[in-house]
Amino acid sequence: MGAQLRVYKRRIKSVTATKKITKAMEMIAASRVVKAQRKVQASTPYATELTRAVTAVATGANDKHPLTTEAENPSRAAVLLLSSDRGLAGAFNSNAIKAAEKLIAKLEGEGRAVDIYVVGRRGVAHFNFRERKLSDTWTGFTDEPTYADAKKVAAPLIEAIEKDTAEGGVDELHIIYTEFVSMMTQTAVEARLLPLSLDEVAKEAGEPDTLRPLYDFEPSAEDVLDALLPRYVESRIYNALLQSAASKHAATRRAMKSATDNAGDLINNLSRLANAARQAEITQEISEIVGGTAALADATAGSDK
Amino acid sequence: MAAELHVELVAADRSVWSGEATLVIARTTSGDIGVMPGHQPLLGVLESGPVTIRTSEGATVVAAVHGGFISFADDKLSLLAEICELADEIDAQRAERALERAKTDSDAAAERRAEVRLRAVSVR
Repeated sequence: MGAQLRVYKRRIKSVTATKKITKAMEMIAASRVVKAQRKVQASTPYATELTRAVTAVATGANDKHPLTTEAENPSRAAVLLLSSDRGLAGAFNSNAIKAAEKLIAKLEGEGRAVDIYVVGRRGVAHFNFRERKLSDTWTGFTDEPTYADAKKVAAPLIEAIEKDTAEGGVDELHIIYTEFVSMMTQTAVEARLLPLSLDEVAKEAGEPDTLRPLYDFEPSAEDVLDALLPRYVESRIYNALLQSAASKHAATRRAMKSATDNAGDLINNLSRLANAARQAEITQEISEIVGGTAALADATAGSDK
Repeated sequence: MAAELHVELVAADRSVWSGEATLVIARTTSGDIGVMPGHQPLLGVLESGPVTIRTSEGATVVAAVHGGFISFADDKLSLLAEICELADEIDAQRAERALERAKTDSDAAAERRAEVRLRAVSVR
């Protein structure tokens, strides 16, 4: 076998192996998307009920709660970025990080100090590489986040917002995550979790501006709100984690699908080149044989004389 | 027809139980509270404890609830809990083991969780 042909054969073999891997990863990601979507759906009733309750208390009680009132001069903000632990997901992480950088620049432009909190190894690596200070990081659960993970993430954030700004607390809490719009579309979005903007919460709950019932609070409106708001933050973070996970799997699926398609194209091209090389080799061999017989015939013809 | 209220019992990651009921008893931070149809709108903080739901078919559903909220308006009652299990789902032996383990580790939160589970099972 000619050297050229051998090289082509070897490359076809290696691309075929890669294609098998990417195909497998595509199928794994596809099944995980479905699972993650199901989890998003399972968490929806809790989030909806909680949002409804928060709206009810916050509009019903005219309390000035630190979590619902906007500071007059916000001087410090916390930004929570949800990225993933693993790459191979196309532009998933870079989009989220870009959105985070934009928001941080905007907040800093408005004269606020920004505390950065990051979930996921990719985001942590991005900020560490640039030697930026991170307030807290979490890794290891981005593929399948549980409610306990969301609680773990939410705890220091709630603590920071409850503290006075002078003692290192924050006035605002922003979150950046990747919204799962559909299998084909996932967009990095930023949202302000706290202080709560009641109009938006009401809009989310999908309730028209009807009269809300006058609730009887047990034990008191203030206590209920105190207990309710941290849970609300946790549930929002949980939802964002789940959506990011679903988006990440969808992005992986897409990236792996195009990798598989590209590998297929590459194999086609290489097989064509290999065929041409084989053909050329055969042609050459034939011409060598013909040339050889002609030379032999000439030689014998000469000796006959 | 007897008045009924619609109950949604949801945990953070799933919907645990939903259906019609005539009476719901839950433990709030200021004591046990029973809600029947036509109760005034209510929003309360729940303690860890068993929640008893008397369904309109006359059956009783018991669930162990670990913290959460009760909200009631327009004959619709929602019980929100971070962790919530129906008594039927609870493995009593496992809960007992967990209780002993929690006692030896002096883990107060785990001990309370296990106790609530056992209480829910015993009410059933």
